[in-house]
Amino acid sequence: MADVTLMKTPAETALVQAFENARTMLPGNAESRAQAFEQFNARGLPHRRVEEFKYTDLRALLREVAPFAGVPTAEEAKAALGGSKAFANVAALQVPFVNGHFVREAVDFANLPEGIEIVPLREALASGHEWLAKLSPVPWASDNPVYQLNTSFMADGVMIRVAGSVETPVHLRFVTAAGSAVATATRVLVVVENDASVTLLESHESGDGANHQPNDVVEMIAGDRTNVQHVRLNAEGDKALALSTLAAKIGAEANFNSINVVAGSATSRHQVYAILNGENTNLRVNGATMLKGTQHSDSTLVVEHNALHCESRELFKTVIDNEATGVFQGKIIVPHHAQKTDGRMMSAALLLEEGGSMNNKPELEIFADDVQCAHGATCGQLDEDLLFYLMARGLPKKEAESLLVQAFLGESIEFVENEDAREALVATVEGWLKARS
Amino acid sequence: MPAVQETIDQVRSIDVDQYKYGFETEVEMEKSPKGLSEDVIRFISAKKGEPEWMLQWRLDAYKRWLTMKEPNWARVSYDKIDYNDIYYYAAPKMNPAPKSLDEVDPEILKTYEKLGIPLREQEILAGVEPQNRVAVDAVFDSVSVATTFKEELKKAGVIFMPISEAIREYPDLVKQYLGSVVPVTDNFFATLNSAVFTDGSFVYIPPGVRCPMELSTYFRINEKNTGQFERTLIIADKGSYVSYLEGCTAPKRDENQLHAAVVELIALDDAEIKYSTVQNWYPGDAEGRGGIYNFVTKRGDCRGKNSVITWTQVETGSAITWKYPSCILRGDNSRGEFYSIAVSNGMQQVDSGTKMIHLGKNTTSRIISKGIAAGKSENTYRGLVSAHRKATGARNFTNCDSLLIGNQCGAHTVPYIESKNATAVFEHEATTSKISEDQMFYCQQRGLSEEEATALIVNGFVKDVLQQLPMEFAVEAQKLISISLEGSVG
Repeated sequence: MADVTLMKTPAETALVQAFENARTMLPGNAESRAQAFEQFNARGLPHRRVEEFKYTDLRALLREVAPFAGVPTAEEAKAALGGSKAFANVAALQVPFVNGHFVREAVDFANLPEGIEIVPLREALASGHEWLAKLSPVPWASDNPVYQLNTSFMADGVMIRVAGSVETPVHLRFVTAAGSAVATATRVLVVVENDASVTLLESHESGDGANHQPNDVVEMIAGDRTNVQHVRLNAEGDKALALSTLAAKIGAEANFNSINVVAGSATSRHQVYAILNGENTNLRVNGATMLKGTQHSDSTLVVEHNALHCESRELFKTVIDNEATGVFQGKIIVPHHAQKTDGRMMSAALLLEEGGSMNNKPELEIFADDVQCAHGATCGQLDEDLLFYLMARGLPKKEAESLLVQAFLGESIEFVENEDAREALVATVEGWLKARS
Repeated sequence: MPAVQETIDQVRSIDVDQYKYGFETEVEMEKSPKGLSEDVIRFISAKKGEPEWMLQWRLDAYKRWLTMKEPNWARVSYDKIDYNDIYYYAAPKMNPAPKSLDEVDPEILKTYEKLGIPLREQEILAGVEPQNRVAVDAVFDSVSVATTFKEELKKAGVIFMPISEAIREYPDLVKQYLGSVVPVTDNFFATLNSAVFTDGSFVYIPPGVRCPMELSTYFRINEKNTGQFERTLIIADKGSYVSYLEGCTAPKRDENQLHAAVVELIALDDAEIKYSTVQNWYPGDAEGRGGIYNFVTKRGDCRGKNSVITWTQVETGSAITWKYPSCILRGDNSRGEFYSIAVSNGMQQVDSGTKMIHLGKNTTSRIISKGIAAGKSENTYRGLVSAHRKATGARNFTNCDSLLIGNQCGAHTVPYIESKNATAVFEHEATTSKISEDQMFYCQQRGLSEEEATALIVNGFVKDVLQQLPMEFAVEAQKLISISLEGSVG
């Protein structure tokens, strides 16, 4: 390999300019932002020679940087939130964002469900709130360019503290207003105290046709004996380039369940960095991705077992239609001291048509000798026998395919505990299949 | 589940301090000047009596190499190699070149005797059944010292000779195929090899010929401060078959020695090549002093329809292994197979695996890899399976298991699975219970436990190939097959 110095792309130059323009206006500690941006800028946008971005070459995919979104007016916010809505059927506490800015007026702070505290991030950054100290980069994420960009540009978000058992789900609803393309950067911190439990819904919606560029980070700190159910839905418009990160630090005897469903975006990359810090914890990270046209979607996952007797299950299902590209990169890390670990990672992809591609990279990194870790990856088309079986019973081909695809993705979705949320996801899958036929 | 005792004992029996081939041979050597330069390359080329085009090929490679950077993506760490502190050519002094085995330095013959490698045809004929005969090319540092059964093979039309001889005697064949699988510019170590390779074997099997005996090359590094850069080229013409074995050992030394080989296989229509390696280079001592750096580029090209290339490797030696025997499945219906057992002990670092690149229609590949890490070693499987747009009906099955013995070592798996064709079916598994439910069911029906049935099926693939290794080469290999992977972690 010859030594190559990469020229700065127009997008990289634009990012430098955008940061110059925004730095004085962004809330909070300017120094830590500058530091994060410097770290990012030293290497620039990741490209295919950077191992973690081998299959998602942001240098090539991010050609133009959209202008960073300003704070929407009350009317604009209202109009944006008035449209169709993900998880509409779920009775949940709404925490809405428009163009990456928290819509304070939409939350009744006086009547929050018991056990929930919410602090807007913009205010917290400006006042130097004590919880900010918890916003520490998780291992593996601190060196990540997407995370660094978010740290540099994060304009708003919320910090949520959960104590006790909270019945009402919390719905973080991110909406980008229709119209011109904007870039957004939000950061959410969720602290789940010991013995607490919460269901967290997260939806990302925007209109078709605009090159929106959201970069969202959710950091979760789940204490001992906690139960966290996290359901994320990407329903971005067909031109969006969506980058997102979930970073979770999980305590002992906890139950942590996260799923990401991708039903939108031209390009998306969801990164999960989870570290299990206490014994006997169960972690499940699932994914269900539906791709068509020339969509590109990347699921990247690093799970570190940092304590004894933990169990982790990762199941990622990808359906690829037309000429779309799916990516799965998973890694389970088991250091010397994490004996009795039980880890199982599986990625399965269905290619419905000629022209699609799938890249799988399920990695294991194991240093302990008394563990069980397995990984699997499959990729292929629909089983002819199953299709034949259904068609022999009178189903037209498209319908038979739809049924099989639904069953395929269903395996991943069925782990969503909240019934209404699960139904909403199943409806999303059905909607996708309907649009296909 | 931790490893079972039997496995621990077996792995212990081949631990680094049990290395049996660490003796040194005293012979007078002739060496090139130390270091690497155009002059050294000219020196090597002149020593080999090469034609001008070959020298030019080497010099081009050298110029290219100067612009390249050593790769650092593998999961191995070592002190920087000083490429100018190595002798690129070292050969036992024998002027004039020996015409028969009787003229070869008896010390060298003794070395091979000690290693258990038969060089005298009569002895082999006297002792063993004819069908078990093996033709050997013995490479000692930078030169081939003897090649057996050359005449008999020639009768069958098979060309088996040191590559330096082939360059002189069959320049057209060499010119046509050399560098056609591993291009000069392929990677840092392959380019270095292209510039300075000294010896290795050349095999050509004519159309329709089934090679009448096993072919093998035995590589021995002996001299201090040298590197071994061998180059092997095997061409199986239409409808032919050849099985080739490679063995290697080196003396115990505190210094690290470099071994950067290139192996190219070409299988034309309906041809089959089986390539087996028993790699037992000196692994260094328990503290990680010394040992061979084994940076090898091995690649097979299934160029013709219905061709088959099988790589089998038993890796127990080397301080560092960086090696990915690969198959380019270009011909329709071609098949690539990779069977590997890599055992690392002491401070050894292994980063090995394979690449199966499906280009043609209905191509199939199978990967079975077992990694066993003990002591303070690191054992990484790194593999690529890819199907290109036109690889309709491509099929791959991968199974890679690793086992750790003790908690000072590491076992890692880095598989890349890339599919650009909807009809390609790839399965990658580490969960042995899912091998084939039918087979499992069949075995379990007959009273085998799940573990036994799994072992039977997984070992069945490997055994099939490994049992064909001649005993002289693979006492260890035979032992290793029986190692249970009970307690393996995917």
